[in-house]
Amino acid sequence: MDFVAAIGRIFLAFLSHVGRLSAFAGTALSHIVRPPFYPRLTLRAMVEIGYYSLPVVGLTAVFTGMVLALQSYSGFSRFAAESAVATVVVLSITRELAPVLAGLMVAGRIGASMAAEIGTMRVTEQIDALTTLSTNPFKYLVAPRLLAGLLMVPCLVLVADIIGVFGGYIVGVYKLGFNPSSYLARTWEFLEPIDVISGLTKAAVFGFIISLMGCYHGYYSRGGAQGVGAATTNSVVSAAIMILIFNYVITALYFGK
Amino acid sequence: MTAPAKIVLSDVHKSFGKKVVLDGADLSVAKGESVVIIGGSGTGKSVLLKSILGILRPEKGSITVDGEEVIGMRSKARDRMMLKFGMLFQGSALFDSLKVWQNVAFGLIQGRGMDRDQAHAIAIEKLAQVGLAESAGELFPAELSGGMQKRVALARAIATSPEIIFFDEPTTGLDPIMADVINDLIVECTKELGATTLSITHDMASARKIADRIAMLYKGRLIWVGAAKDIDHSGNEYVDQFIHGRAEGPIKMELRA
Repeated sequence: MDFVAAIGRIFLAFLSHVGRLSAFAGTALSHIVRPPFYPRLTLRAMVEIGYYSLPVVGLTAVFTGMVLALQSYSGFSRFAAESAVATVVVLSITRELAPVLAGLMVAGRIGASMAAEIGTMRVTEQIDALTTLSTNPFKYLVAPRLLAGLLMVPCLVLVADIIGVFGGYIVGVYKLGFNPSSYLARTWEFLEPIDVISGLTKAAVFGFIISLMGCYHGYYSRGGAQGVGAATTNSVVSAAIMILIFNYVITALYFGK
Repeated sequence: MTAPAKIVLSDVHKSFGKKVVLDGADLSVAKGESVVIIGGSGTGKSVLLKSILGILRPEKGSITVDGEEVIGMRSKARDRMMLKFGMLFQGSALFDSLKVWQNVAFGLIQGRGMDRDQAHAIAIEKLAQVGLAESAGELFPAELSGGMQKRVALARAIATSPEIIFFDEPTTGLDPIMADVINDLIVECTKELGATTLSITHDMASARKIADRIAMLYKGRLIWVGAAKDIDHSGNEYVDQFIHGRAEGPIKMELRA
């Protein structure tokens, strides 16, 4: 009986978290579209997410493209399909690898920093201070970050698409001996707008998830340094899990026929 | 003729899970009056202040400010209500990412939409009022000592010339001389503004200095309220034990949470 009660408690706690997260997301979204707006803070968050994440996302993309070219060449040569390397690289990068890997890298970099910053503000009563200074914490802290995540991760993924394909091109041309112009022609030949658009849709959703989880866990952190540490970990883990789940959902919506 | 009540609490109850923090608290603060709530650590003093500010929501009872019910107030009305308040937090709660003058001017710029130049001038004036030079305005909070941070927090609390100011443990963590300086500044600044103040502390020297009336909170209720000059002959054994800091008496320390 205790076992059943324990399962019930866990389930109720889970539902309570889902409810609180949904309410948090709904409130934050409503504050994105209602004035006052904080363009300076939004711009700062956009620079933090978009500009300062470029090196890590770029590195991830270039090496992923390079590895992909090597792996697919090695595998496809078994059934004489080496010519498909460029197509495989571009489709894998644009549809899957750029949004998912960029999402995971940004979750580690930005989600963690948001949770730590907002969490520290919570435990040092800075968020309460905002309220007493007639400033809504959702508008001031959460809405700019959500908007920046929503807008900037697609930009990052677009850059990652280009860098990833370039990585594949470098390996394809300089290591595997492909003709440069035919590699580029094969890259473009089977690429369709939906491949890029589906990746950017994922990126926008992932960007929103990363900012949401960072802000949510930071906002509700408790208990000093340990609480902020837990919030940081939880924000990264929950964002990563949600990215993987939503990756499947969006893929199924676009290509699930 | 007695001044009209500025803040009225009636039968306020607040619990966290099974822990009852406020258990029917009643208090009335008149306009222009300075009331200090004393009580041991963990007796719910901060919870009481945060309930008035709407940061926490009591389960039962009524809290009115200028006759307007605060519990359950909608976000916009609350933001408007907050314009009346200033608060000095226990740990100062200064925004780490902003310079000192920006901290002081925050309520003016964000809460009241004042332009930055004008807000800067007022911030410098308020810093001077609490004994800080203009150059301190260009520093970040982390570069200041604890006493200086309290002064900045006081300057921030009075910057908008609020009608009501809350002081949460204003002298905690300060040496006795700096604590007395802060107490003098509190008295001076609030008298100049003609503000109604509600303070919480367990520093009796501070309470005696800044209070017109003192209220003692014990087990979620205000068990004694009277003029500050009467505190030494209150006739209440709980108050006597507390103000003399005796281990023996009706108040027993709970060693387990």
